[in-house]
Amino acid sequence: MSDETSTAPPKHLETLHCRICGTEVAAGPVHVCEMCFGPLEVHYPLEALRGRLTWEVIRGRPTDLWRYRELLPLEGGPTLARGVGWTPLLPAPRLGAELGIDDLWVKADLSNHPTQSFKDRVVAVALNRAREFGLEDVGCASTGNLANAVAAQAAAGGFRAWIFIPKDLEPEKIIATAVHGVRVVRVNGVYDDVNRLCAEVADRFPWGIVNVNLRAYYSEGSKTVAFEMAEQLDGAVPANIVVPMAGGSLITKIGKGFRELGALGLVDPGRQPRLFGAQASGCAPIIGALERGEKRVEPVRPDTIARSLAIGNPADGPFALQAIRESGGWGAGVSDDEIREGIRLLATLEGIFTETAGGVTVAAAARLAAEGRFKDSEGATVLCITGNGLKTPEVARSTYELGEVIEPRLQEVERLAEAGLGLGA
Amino acid sequence: MTTTTKVKVRVPTPLSSATGGERQIEVTGSTVREVLQAVGEIHPEFLDRILVDGGELREFLNIFVNGSDVRFEEKLDTRVQDGDEISIVPSIAGGAIP
Ligand SMILES: Cc1ncc(COP(=O)(O)O)c(C=O)c1O
Ligand SMILES: [Zn+2]
Repeated sequence: MSDETSTAPPKHLETLHCRICGTEVAAGPVHVCEMCFGPLEVHYPLEALRGRLTWEVIRGRPTDLWRYRELLPLEGGPTLARGVGWTPLLPAPRLGAELGIDDLWVKADLSNHPTQSFKDRVVAVALNRAREFGLEDVGCASTGNLANAVAAQAAAGGFRAWIFIPKDLEPEKIIATAVHGVRVVRVNGVYDDVNRLCAEVADRFPWGIVNVNLRAYYSEGSKTVAFEMAEQLDGAVPANIVVPMAGGSLITKIGKGFRELGALGLVDPGRQPRLFGAQASGCAPIIGALERGEKRVEPVRPDTIARSLAIGNPADGPFALQAIRESGGWGAGVSDDEIREGIRLLATLEGIFTETAGGVTVAAAARLAAEGRFKDSEGATVLCITGNGLKTPEVARSTYELGEVIEPRLQEVERLAEAGLGLGA
Repeated sequence: MTTTTKVKVRVPTPLSSATGGERQIEVTGSTVREVLQAVGEIHPEFLDRILVDGGELREFLNIFVNGSDVRFEEKLDTRVQDGDEISIVPSIAGGAIP
């Protein structure tokens, strides 16, 4: 595969395909099939790429998500958002011993550039595509992390940005959005109200709402989590992947990412990872449908400390369900106390401070391991830790002691040393 | 009781080809279903596009009355009042893969 930017835009990006009825529509900031209102997606010429896009070619490229650019929906090279992605994949032996999971790894997307969550990936793709479409205004409906990512990357790219959030979002997430000089609009309602409003906004204004009318492009960015995992495991496919779910897009696209790698011969096409979904029990519409054996995802009213996952009406719910079931995986809904304990375990055993979504993932992994769901599989188990604990510090407050204050005298420390660490664990 | 309940229906772009380009239609009816049927009387193609076999709403459409999802109420049998606004919103959420 040549690294030069080709002159003619690639043919496969001229259209989008309906995920339900297959109808093709012309590419653009559109997200709905005119025939059946199903969501749209991008198809790639995988046959033509086979043998040309190799690990060797990829390894020679800069370490960001654009190293997989043939599998991302841009006509030209990226003009924005360098340095996004390529987060560490870390062995987690201490957490693995605690939970009884062999060969446990953490995909540490909480260190993503520029806003410390996996949403930097999807926004990188969406804003580059928005620029290709000539859009000047972009925006999003967000539970927080997406707001941060759109705000930062819109600022860097010189877009006007409209950020719609539920009015009572965590202050840290509002600050980390507003600081970029964007228009923050706080909506009197829950995320699902914000999302519905943004669907109407995208229909009314010539704006690129990244998770509404740019969704077909945006969501492709999540595949890079799968690509990186495979590359970081030297072409091996993990046995199990635990993924937090809100709208259900990330888990769906991790599945799609591994299928594309298989089709390209970059991983063993006969081996796909089992996908395990994680939700808070206070907002578990996808897990509910999974456990009830239903195909339809019924909406719920969210009530959980995991605000970043508090989507009661998940846009990709049915696709997430399908991805989980077809992979042979499963899922778990965990309580707020389990979420706090998950945050504590990851922080105290692996030195990684995650936000609530990561707590949900660790807690779900603990539950699934206790149920024996990772047994009878050979290979790595990977936890997707998708967001940073500094964004939700209040939630972790009950899991640690604030240090006591002493006088600056050695005897004071001797007194403490005699008492030991006193951390319980 | 014979009150006339006037309700405004907002039609999203991908559906407007079924309403002759009209994006806001005012009709009468006392439930969501009656309101949609009233739109169907003006624009015959409309109901075929949004209902499966004339019965339930298509998988990837959602209906909101003054911003509230009718799935939390009586779905298409949700009652409406004078001055209510019905939004038809495609594919932001929910549904099932047939
Ligand atoms: C930190 C974090 N993890 C996971 C998710 C879930 O992603 P998705 O909506 O694609 O299921 C979100 C977002 O909504 C998030 O903010
Ligand atoms: Zn379709």
